[in-house]
Amino acid sequence: MNYTDAQIWGIIVAMGVGTFLIRFSFLGLIGSRPMPPWVLRHLRYTSVAILPGLVAPLVLWPAATDGQPDLARLAAAGVTVAVGYWTKGVVLAMLSGAATLYGLQYVIG
Amino acid sequence: MTTSTSKSTYLLGLVRALPFVIVVVPFAMLFGVVATEAGLPILQTMAFSMLVVAGASQFAALQFMSENAPVLVVLASALAVNLRMAMYSASITPHLGAAPMWQRVVISYFLVDQSYAMSTAEFEARPAMTLREKLAYFAGVSTPICPLWFGSSYLGAVLGDQIPPDSGLDFAMPIAFLAMVAPALRTPAHIAAAFVSIVLALGLFWVPLNLGLLLAALCAMMVGAEIERRMA
Repeated sequence: MNYTDAQIWGIIVAMGVGTFLIRFSFLGLIGSRPMPPWVLRHLRYTSVAILPGLVAPLVLWPAATDGQPDLARLAAAGVTVAVGYWTKGVVLAMLSGAATLYGLQYVIG
Repeated sequence: MTTSTSKSTYLLGLVRALPFVIVVVPFAMLFGVVATEAGLPILQTMAFSMLVVAGASQFAALQFMSENAPVLVVLASALAVNLRMAMYSASITPHLGAAPMWQRVVISYFLVDQSYAMSTAEFEARPAMTLREKLAYFAGVSTPICPLWFGSSYLGAVLGDQIPPDSGLDFAMPIAFLAMVAPALRTPAHIAAAFVSIVLALGLFWVPLNLGLLLAALCAMMVGAEIERRMA
């Protein structure tokens, strides 16, 4: 890493301010003003529209294995989704996924 | 609205968020480890976690910084990772937008993936919740998540290289996100949106600045909304 101390602080502070402004954007500017139904209908799908896409590359091409698909991680992801979908239990899904990951890593070595 | 029900709603949120300890701790520790290994002193590592409070973008920034990318490139790439939070902001506004400005400022600081996803899931499952209950629930889920994010970053920075980077800690975040999203796949519209999100995010992975994910998410929201409209 080849930055001056001031540059690093600049990066940290600018990221902090920028990230805050992104989070504040709609909440701060729109507030309690009503939004049209079609906008609300789209916004209801925000989390299912972002989180799967955010995670998919991390599942298929994990950085920890230099982007090579990894059986333990693929299986852990599959188990997490399946358990979460059928039991609706977030905790049970996470624990099953983590158990699958570490179980398979232990077995495969 | 009595204080006792918002207190119990706060506690409900807090209890629901507690299990996320098992993923927030390793993910934040990993950031501390990677940041100190990249050469950041503990003070700057902590400033990162406390000012930005967004793991994926913090890792992205470190990645670009360790490649000595120009400062503007570091900022653009890392902030692009957080643009999804503008959608979170829009999506939580119908629920919390009526809160006073100072509360909206505080909420914005704590609007991370987990607090967003858990809160909106609850708000949509219980539409009768009042603003005070919603605020209490949001405060409840944020309570264990954010301080742990700070504390575990510190632990990782201090422990440093005693933790092997390939110990599977990297996968804590994907597992947490998948566990949050799977129970939300309630209708064909939700399932279709998730499917479009995955396919397009993978297909558009080559698009610079992580903008492929935003395109994928916009398309997925449109597909979900359109299916809902047709089935209504």
